[in-house]
Amino acid sequence: MSNTIHDMGGMHGFGPIVEEENEPVFHTEWEGRVYAMNRAMGPLRLWTIDEGRAAQEMLPPSVYLSASYYQRWYLGLVQRALDHSIAGADEVAAGKSLRSSDKPNQIFTPKDAKALTRGSYERPSSVPPQFKPSDTVRTRNVQPVTHTRLPRYARDKLGTVEAIRGCHVYPDSVATGAGEDPQWLYTVVFSGRTLWGEGCDPAVKVSVEAFEPYLLLA
Amino acid sequence: MSSDPQRSLHDHHEHTEMSELSDMQIRVRSLETVLTEKGYIDPAALDAIVEAYETRIGPHNGAKVVARAWSDPDFRKALLADASKAVNSMGNVSPVGSHLIAVENTPERHNMVVCTLCSCYPWEVLGLPPTWYKSAPYRSRAVIEPRKVLAEFDVVLPKETEIRVWDSTAETRFMVVPMRPKDTEDWGVEQLETLVTRNSMIGTGLALKPKDVT
Repeated sequence: MSNTIHDMGGMHGFGPIVEEENEPVFHTEWEGRVYAMNRAMGPLRLWTIDEGRAAQEMLPPSVYLSASYYQRWYLGLVQRALDHSIAGADEVAAGKSLRSSDKPNQIFTPKDAKALTRGSYERPSSVPPQFKPSDTVRTRNVQPVTHTRLPRYARDKLGTVEAIRGCHVYPDSVATGAGEDPQWLYTVVFSGRTLWGEGCDPAVKVSVEAFEPYLLLA
Repeated sequence: MSSDPQRSLHDHHEHTEMSELSDMQIRVRSLETVLTEKGYIDPAALDAIVEAYETRIGPHNGAKVVARAWSDPDFRKALLADASKAVNSMGNVSPVGSHLIAVENTPERHNMVVCTLCSCYPWEVLGLPPTWYKSAPYRSRAVIEPRKVLAEFDVVLPKETEIRVWDSTAETRFMVVPMRPKDTEDWGVEQLETLVTRNSMIGTGLALKPKDVT
């Protein structure tokens, strides 16, 4: 969703950043299993990366904040398994399959794990980009109730296009099941004072990766 | 176990850390069993994924990239132009997919990377992100008071140095190329790698100095 707890940029009150010395990759066995299950299910294309994000973002704020990072991954995965009728709540609770169901044609194999790389989200475009580097743009003042990647702190703000990153799958569309609807993606940079007011350090600049529908020519 | 995963997870918060961990172990094992029996996952593939992240995929790859960029001006240029392509041309680091972008620190500009919305991170070159990177304090503060955040990581920069924060809000992924430390002119690539820390490639650290490693 849009204005939900995950959108944390600029919030106060979370305290100091705590760095753990010699932090292991996974703190417990289950963290690794949860992460690996998500990694192994992703390539089956049962859902998109943005649907996966939206599943976590829709957790109630109290749950989102009190769950650990990998607990959120667990909850998000359970939710998607239920939503896609891969398993029933009774089966998740019982820890075993209680009825037979369709199996996927292909699954992620140990051999696939030899080349773990990110997929490409770039897609062919039917129209040229509307903006070019050094254009001044204003981000839209939008409050969608569905998934978006335009953080609240960067809405209705004047910024400068720094780079065109290609035409990419549009998260706002694909997360709702409305198709990839590819859009041009830009790096848009803002002065800290534009975002945070006169009290902000004048030497700070912040950029977001902004899809074309987030932007208006200023 | 309740059939409402959110609610019961929340209820368990009042338990001790130990019982919470074993509770999660049971839940995760249950889910793995169901998904295996349903034919959606192969436990051996999960073993291989965990092993890859615990051994092969980690910040040692990024360190090789940075050390090469410090030593080879043509590679540096190629890296800044198209990091995915440049990294895949190396041959001695694990492969990367699309949309990797390298941003270079200079005396005038210091770069740092965050994902305010969750945990986007250039894991192909840096491994999985540390807990602090995914935590609410870093995600909330990095964009509004980056200089204070840097100070907490013992990075203090001249006040006129521009601090550029990259919020990873799409599928593009950013890695920082830190500045090469002084007095390393005669160092070879492998020696230089030892100076490149994970935090220096996130931007919450600087490269180590020769005296730190010798």
